[in-house]
Amino acid sequence: MTAKYAYYPGCSLHSTGSEYDISFRAVCEKLGMDIQEIEGWICCGTSPAHSSSRLLSLALPFENLCQAEKMGFKDIIAPCAACFARLRTAMYEANEDAEIASQISEALEKPLPKSMNVLSPIEIFCNREGLAEAVTKQLPELKVVCYYGCLLTRPSKVMQFDECEYPMAMDNLLRSLGIETLDWSYKTECCGGALAMTRTDVVLKLTHDILEEAKAVGANAIAVGCPLCHVNLDTRQTEVEQEYGVQYGLPVFYFTQLMGLAMGLAGDKLGLQKHFVSTDGLLSGV
Amino acid sequence: MMETNLKVMSQSQLAKAVLNESGQNVNLCYQCRKCAAGCPISYAMDYKPAQIIHAIRLGLDDLVYKSKTMWLCASCETCTTRCPQEVDIAKVMDAVKITAVKQGIKPTIPQVASFYRAALSNIKMFGRMYEMGMIVGLKMRTFELFKDVGLGMKLFTKGKLKVIPSFTGALRTWKIFNRVKSIENRESKI
Ligand code: SF4
Ligand code: SF4
Repeated sequence: MTAKYAYYPGCSLHSTGSEYDISFRAVCEKLGMDIQEIEGWICCGTSPAHSSSRLLSLALPFENLCQAEKMGFKDIIAPCAACFARLRTAMYEANEDAEIASQISEALEKPLPKSMNVLSPIEIFCNREGLAEAVTKQLPELKVVCYYGCLLTRPSKVMQFDECEYPMAMDNLLRSLGIETLDWSYKTECCGGALAMTRTDVVLKLTHDILEEAKAVGANAIAVGCPLCHVNLDTRQTEVEQEYGVQYGLPVFYFTQLMGLAMGLAGDKLGLQKHFVSTDGLLSGV
Repeated sequence: MMETNLKVMSQSQLAKAVLNESGQNVNLCYQCRKCAAGCPISYAMDYKPAQIIHAIRLGLDDLVYKSKTMWLCASCETCTTRCPQEVDIAKVMDAVKITAVKQGIKPTIPQVASFYRAALSNIKMFGRMYEMGMIVGLKMRTFELFKDVGLGMKLFTKGKLKVIPSFTGALRTWKIFNRVKSIENRESKI
């Protein structure tokens, strides 16, 4: 094992959020940060699991922690906010409740790893030395609002991630790369992610509120760290525009894509061509 | 909202089931309604989260089961984060859904329940979420065959949907699902 961090991509980063995977890997490489994908990782179960069985919703994430431990890792990076939340929740609940911990272990037919650290890339990059030196490109045209969504910070006692109502970690990270981020009140509002497949009407309303607020404070781009948020804000943006008779054209970036741009990486190396809302207009002005 | 012919339980069965399922004690609630105020979906709910908690306390189990609230909950955890009494309302929502399904009560928003089932059987089979298969499975269950077809096509052309599923870890996952089921069956008999 040479890498320091085990990487848990989760299902979204292999499909609808593939540009998050591409740009995350590109930024790690640029910063000389070694990561290694967990062998044989499985789905964390996400909301269908915790809405149907508590034990299942904890056993699935733990299987991945066990796999990482088997590979000799203690630190696991989970870029997808939803996976990150499920992994941290599993650790938290097993710690609090010995009975459930023994059931999880029984379901997996192995002992549970005790001291694993589940990390978000935001936390790691924030504390990474040499970040400012890696910047080779100024992006003065960008006025970004950071959208953290629900899962990164809540509930605070489980997630232990930044300030739960008004986090600053992503803002500080982007600012340290010379990118302007704006204050706004929708940082941790919900986009309705879990209802995307079933109650599109609710998702369109919540997404509309978020896009409206971003526009209102003068943003020309949104930064996210969650593939579910990205699908709603980017992929469904045209639908929102049609439904509400508005025009946004607001590009939605993964924060890793913005990091990559500031480090001089080309757009196609960061998966920008996969976005539904084109980033070309905004970036050609840069 | 008026409901008639509600069965009122003398001691709330549902409150007990919720406690068992999630460890959450709804009797801690003092009805400050912070959970309802912050809930992004409450505008679409028939009963607000604070009302559901109260109804569980009062033993209005029928009213709760007939409500759409828990099936609309997006698990955003705003309520849980803000409750001054540390009631984990999002967990209560999960516990109510799980209890309802166990008791064979028909979900008030069947599409959501179908989505959970489609997603879980997909994960159980492949070990990872195979979106394409999940979407097709869901459409067959809900008969909403043409909803989101355009969106699916666009995702596909952007290379964001896989045609061929991965089977990595599929067998391990299938075993976990089965062992979870048997542990749960054993526990429910105790
Ligand atoms: S926030 Fe907590 S105490 Fe207040 S009404 Fe909701 S459940 Fe009750
Ligand atoms: S977790 Fe559910 S009930 Fe609680 S605020 Fe979010 S959507 Fe509302």
